[in-house]
Amino acid sequence: MATTAPHRPEHRADSPLSVHDVTVTYHRRPVLWDIDYDAPAGALVAIVGPNGAGKSTLIKAALGLVPVATGEVRIFGKPGMANRSLVGYVPQRESVDWDFPISALEVVAMGRYRRLGWLRPVGRADLDAARECMARVGIADLADRQIGQLSGGQQQRVFIARALAQEARLYLMDEPFAGVDASTERAIVDVLRDLRAGGRTVICVHHDLQTVPEYFDHVLLLNTRVIAAGPVSGPGAVFTPANLHKTYGGRLTLLERAAEALARAGGGVAVGPDAARVVDGATVIGGAGVEDRPHRSPGA
Amino acid sequence: MSELWRILTLQAGYNTSVVVLGTTVLGAAAGLAGALALLRKRVLISDSLAHATLPGLAGAFMIAAALGADPKSLPVLLAGATVTGVLGVLSVQWLSRYSRLSEDAALAVVLSVYFGVGVVLLSIVQRLSVGGQAGLSRFIFGQTAAMSAGDVWLMGGVAIGAVLIVALLFKELRLVCFDRGFGRAQGWPIGGLDVLLLALITLVTVAGLQAVGLILVVALIVTPGAAARFWTDRLGALLVLSAMLGAVSGYLGSAASAVWPKAPAGAVIVLAASAIFVVSLVIAPRRGLLARTAALLSQRVRIQREHTLRSLYEWHEAAAPGAVRRDAVIPAGAAIRAGSAWSRRLAMRGLAWRGLVCAAPGGWMLTEEGWAEAERTTRIHRLWEAYLIRVGGHDPLHADDPADLIEHALDPAIVAELERTVAGERAMPRSPHEMRGEGGRA
Repeated sequence: MATTAPHRPEHRADSPLSVHDVTVTYHRRPVLWDIDYDAPAGALVAIVGPNGAGKSTLIKAALGLVPVATGEVRIFGKPGMANRSLVGYVPQRESVDWDFPISALEVVAMGRYRRLGWLRPVGRADLDAARECMARVGIADLADRQIGQLSGGQQQRVFIARALAQEARLYLMDEPFAGVDASTERAIVDVLRDLRAGGRTVICVHHDLQTVPEYFDHVLLLNTRVIAAGPVSGPGAVFTPANLHKTYGGRLTLLERAAEALARAGGGVAVGPDAARVVDGATVIGGAGVEDRPHRSPGA
Repeated sequence: MSELWRILTLQAGYNTSVVVLGTTVLGAAAGLAGALALLRKRVLISDSLAHATLPGLAGAFMIAAALGADPKSLPVLLAGATVTGVLGVLSVQWLSRYSRLSEDAALAVVLSVYFGVGVVLLSIVQRLSVGGQAGLSRFIFGQTAAMSAGDVWLMGGVAIGAVLIVALLFKELRLVCFDRGFGRAQGWPIGGLDVLLLALITLVTVAGLQAVGLILVVALIVTPGAAARFWTDRLGALLVLSAMLGAVSGYLGSAASAVWPKAPAGAVIVLAASAIFVVSLVIAPRRGLLARTAALLSQRVRIQREHTLRSLYEWHEAAAPGAVRRDAVIPAGAAIRAGSAWSRRLAMRGLAWRGLVCAAPGGWMLTEEGWAEAERTTRIHRLWEAYLIRVGGHDPLHADDPADLIEHALDPAIVAELERTVAGERAMPRSPHEMRGEGGRA
């Protein structure tokens, strides 16, 4: 089912992730613009686009980590967070402090926290399950290491193992292949294929265009709006030079200029390097923590 | 038996014992909450919080006096302190979210504005006609002597509450401190848990005002956790150790200030905590300065040793091309490696001390062990050179130095991978470049 932006298909109730007319703004500047997308079930999907295209933001909006200005996200047909327990998440590796006093096994066991619920401590069964997930990504022997002593690839595998421990049906991964060694890349690809064989859907933000045809079945070409979405190859393939050119080459300068004007009008603050710090509360991302306020666009 | 010993063993009278016990318990609570604040990167906000309690203390005093209540009542004063302390935290959050101020500027603004208002209110309080104003200044620098048994119960309650919260919500607090995004994606109320942690910090700060004073209470919160971090990589152990170090600081500090009543208790307690921190910083295994310096030095020595061994192997190759023999005697004056004759002699002494070379008539000879080690380091060096030339496209004449930089860090897995990549090099590879200098490396 190939979709392009102007064409609005009926949303399928059984789609693992159905994004309907979603717009996300950051300080009134649109980061995602009217996104309409149904992820196919049981497929490996790559989200591809240039820096600042809103790839990470799309994943975060799907998880409810950033507020959507308009539109709706449905997970397995249910709106909002009703089906949240069916979603596994692999954040960007840089999003945590790797000097934190915690072992690899304890991080992986975090995947079981929701299942455990309030107050109940992590038990033997959880640790066993976590060990099994570590074995699936080939790092069973690193369970007791403090996470800062792991290599970049091993750290990424810890995050993948934690997502596996969530036993989800839909996995959202933010650049799982970024900065990993060759053997980690192979290990992750094997896990993704395992998940697909088990009927799971995996959606990855992906940077390496060369490996898209090898690793993924479907692709979502994104640059603030959806450029094209559909199979990577075969009939109706959307992973074409023309679409890629539209994604990476054709900058929507008018939309950008309109966004700048909107941001200026909203905050009344001069443009320049500081333009992102416009006074505007309504769309700031984050909860109670004062450090939550991002100092750069979340779409990076 | 000295005075200090009697105080430490709680034999110096009821009042002193009460003070020592109270500050010990307070230190434990502050260490526990502080370690979490440290991991959640909330330390500076607790400093702003502490300074923002001053207008609350003065305000509560004035209101109580105006209403005819006892203005010196501790619960009344601490209630006032809590109110403005929380207002201070909210101001920081509001400023850094809705103004263009960065967070550190917001922290500084709130700290100074609230503290300034507090100082002004304090000067008004001094001119009131009610008594007891002098007692307020103890909240600035801390004064343990004024502590009553009731105050100790209050601190004990705070400490037990803190331990209970942390024990029950250990898993949730760990999640909040480590990975908020993942926690929120799982559906945990991360904002609510953050507020809980902040409430815990507020509770400990307010409870510590009387003993340590609002200027230094942040030190009691941050120092034990920072010291404990040097000793462990486990969160559970870190929290227990931080509470223990906080308790020891409170215990030693209050005992010392009982011996020298002129010294402000808060400062002495904080000095005790700082001493523990400095000792940890220096002597902790692995993370401490000494351990890290020792590790760095031993690595340097190992690299020098490996260079010398490789030079010796290359000397053997040059001395008997095609038929290298371990038991050839290396003349004492042979130019086996760069550096002065003195440094060469030192290097050989070092090898001899490790049993890698032994004295032979007219010079030195490699031992069995030394020969194996020399072969191994030379082989790794040449494999790495070959790899850099073939895969990395290095000029054969210039692969030597980049190889030098990294070969000492290669673990067996990487060496095996090297052997696979640079196939057919299982025996000793030939050096890709001429040896510099006669009979070895210059």
